[in-house]
Amino acid sequence: MTEKTLRSGALSPGLTGSPEHVKSSVSKFRINKDFLFEYKSVIALLIFMVAVSMISDSFFSTNNMLNILRQTSINAIIAVGMTFVILTSGIDLAVGSILALSGALAATLIGMDFNIMLVVTLTLAAGAAMGAMSGLIIAKGRVQAFIATLATMTLLRGATMVFTDGRPISASSGAASDAFSFIGSGYLFAIPFPIYLMAFTFLAAWFVLNHTRLGRYVYALGGNEAATRLSGINVDRIKLAVYSISGGLSALAGLIVTSRLASAQPTAGNSYELDAIAAVVLGGTSLTGGKGRITGTLVGVLIIGILNNALNLLNVSSYYQLIAKALVILLAVLVDTRSSRQS
Amino acid sequence: MSTQSKSEPVFQMKDVIKIFPGVRALDGACLNIYPGRVMALLGENGAGKSTLMKVMTGIHRCDEGQLKYHGDDVVFRSSRDSRERGVSIIHQELNLIPELSIAENIFLSREPMGRFGRIDWKTMREEAQKLLDLLDVPFDPSTPVGKLSIGVQQMVEIAKALSFSSQVIVMDEPTDALTDKETESLFKVIRQLRSEGKGIVYISHRLQEIFQICDDATVMRDGRFIAETPVYQLTEDDIIEQMVGRSLEEQYPRIEVETGALALEVKNLSAPGVKGISFQLKEGEILGISGLMGAGRTELMKALYGANAAQSGEIRVAGEAKQIKTPAEALQSGIVYISEDRKGDGLVLELSVSENMSLCSLKRFQSAIGKINRSREMDSVQHFIKAFNIKTPSAKQLIKNLSGGNQQKVAIAKGLMINPRVLILDEPTRGVDVGAKKEIYQLINEFKNKGMSILLVSSDMPEVLGMSDRVLVMHEGKITGEFDRQEATQEKLMRCAVGKAA
Repeated sequence: MTEKTLRSGALSPGLTGSPEHVKSSVSKFRINKDFLFEYKSVIALLIFMVAVSMISDSFFSTNNMLNILRQTSINAIIAVGMTFVILTSGIDLAVGSILALSGALAATLIGMDFNIMLVVTLTLAAGAAMGAMSGLIIAKGRVQAFIATLATMTLLRGATMVFTDGRPISASSGAASDAFSFIGSGYLFAIPFPIYLMAFTFLAAWFVLNHTRLGRYVYALGGNEAATRLSGINVDRIKLAVYSISGGLSALAGLIVTSRLASAQPTAGNSYELDAIAAVVLGGTSLTGGKGRITGTLVGVLIIGILNNALNLLNVSSYYQLIAKALVILLAVLVDTRSSRQS
Repeated sequence: MSTQSKSEPVFQMKDVIKIFPGVRALDGACLNIYPGRVMALLGENGAGKSTLMKVMTGIHRCDEGQLKYHGDDVVFRSSRDSRERGVSIIHQELNLIPELSIAENIFLSREPMGRFGRIDWKTMREEAQKLLDLLDVPFDPSTPVGKLSIGVQQMVEIAKALSFSSQVIVMDEPTDALTDKETESLFKVIRQLRSEGKGIVYISHRLQEIFQICDDATVMRDGRFIAETPVYQLTEDDIIEQMVGRSLEEQYPRIEVETGALALEVKNLSAPGVKGISFQLKEGEILGISGLMGAGRTELMKALYGANAAQSGEIRVAGEAKQIKTPAEALQSGIVYISEDRKGDGLVLELSVSENMSLCSLKRFQSAIGKINRSREMDSVQHFIKAFNIKTPSAKQLIKNLSGGNQQKVAIAKGLMINPRVLILDEPTRGVDVGAKKEIYQLINEFKNKGMSILLVSSDMPEVLGMSDRVLVMHEGKITGEFDRQEATQEKLMRCAVGKAA
């Protein structure tokens, strides 16, 4: 079983989507120190999976794997947006609040018998607009991203409370309620639908980051804002774009959560920003911006997802789960800072 | 001028050599500092003054040479070490914490302590007050430094130096940001320090000040000691001649190109740091922009490029009036600016050679669905790597791993990729080794040959004289001189650069 794991691991997306600068070291395929450093999170993930599979028999069942992916999809989709933001050396604390408010909006629209496509489109647009608000404050108001999104986080949570009156909004009645429930609970070819959404999000993000001008500018902006500005690039527009992307993806996550629960909870998404940031950082993206990969984020969300799953399988109490999660994140970041100091 | 005649130097540096990778920053520098006298340290930008002061105060270790303090050999381990042993330097950028009070700044990290590790505020304030009285500073020691003018902040730095009972005080361009009145009171303090027998080194580009306050002048050029002369034996012309030297070797591969139509016309342009600038530039012409550091050259270039907002004036490109408010608009008008500060705002160090090179011109490589055509991008990048002889293992190498000269070539290629009409090169050979310098000159000539118009900003006077068809000199944000190649000499440029009419 161990050998099988390793082989399937070598085909994992963490290796296929590597950007151009590291390919040279891969093509030689020598397992040296650099290689280990470059892929430390993938390696950690593999070791971790092997370890869990040895302790728990049910870990490697198809059912459990799909379960992990479905549970991970929400954090994964948010973390993709967070990757864009962090690559520009920003941060987005408002993702959880955007999730909640857009979820409430979706449930309300469903209750008003709106068409499902219209609900999805309006919700995603509303999320992007909420993200754009953060982006506007950061770009035009020159406010630090941490403070700006702390404000929008609080503001939008408050707006959610006002909008819902602090009570859940049901999404189980209405003309499109069945179609709506498919988003979070449906299956396509025996695979939960949220997994498709997650896969699509990653593919799209990979394309944008590696093959479009916006992607290049995101890296450039995070690497050196002054140089990017001086290269004739509208830096403000890039900032607006990444926060809008983050907001739109938070709304997508909000659709999944709301659909799955068949209701919008006013407290939904609370502290989700922390899991997303943790996943991005675990994936090796630098908080100072300009360095990191979307494939790393995938590895990061999987590490967190599998950790949660494993601790559940092993019947660890939820109190200890928090501590275990914290230790893993801390360890990963410590290794990362040490490696970046060495280089 | 001085009340005291020359005695044994309190600090002596002899034949100091300091080698940085690829550069001999100091190549036989000497400096004597005498008690009770003010020594001017003079030289062009890059002559090695700052490096020499850093060697003196223990920030750099010299590779060869002798340092003597009170007649004994000495090596300071750090600037803190030198300060504690009585050698202080007051840098151009003051090292004060604006939120802390005068007293707290003076005694930072060596606060007088009372019992249980508490700070003895009373003693601290009293000591600070004594120092301020000595310097005639009419402020309470508890005033936050941020509320003081630059001139008074300078006094606080001096008070701090005195609190270490410094025997030697170095002042690096102290009057740069001062008003005339503040300068006057600074001079008063310097005279007072001199009468107390302190040795003072005074670095300034303002030659008039040398005659007002200094007793001796040491001139450096290219890291070398040129002369030490009592000031009363000198004229401004003597100093300028010593600073620029007389040899201008033919190391610049000038070419003659028939100039074409007017490419750029600037009329009465004012922007942050520049005032009322007018000039013209033709196709196939290199216009050198000379001046000392802080003369407003970079500010002018950034205004032309839209990186600094112009307040008034007119810019015409090829006869057409252009509104240039952002770099993007400048690029569209065919103006490109290659920054003097590669690491600061020129390149994105974490990106590869190709990603940096194509950053301004990505639009060209974009397909209809917004995908960047990587192979077309690569073709273009490879073309420039070959044409500019850029030494890199591959186009995918991170730019931070390249040498300064090759980084600079990438930066220039980045500008060239947009096919500019006007190329602005700001210090294109700074931090570049000799071989790469020559290659860059040849590239510039090639551009010129193709009819491009080039603005060449450089602090290196031989470079400006060697490459340019015409030279503008700036001083305090204004153009103070314009010369044709035939009539331009280093002496004339220097005179205009220090604000003395030609």
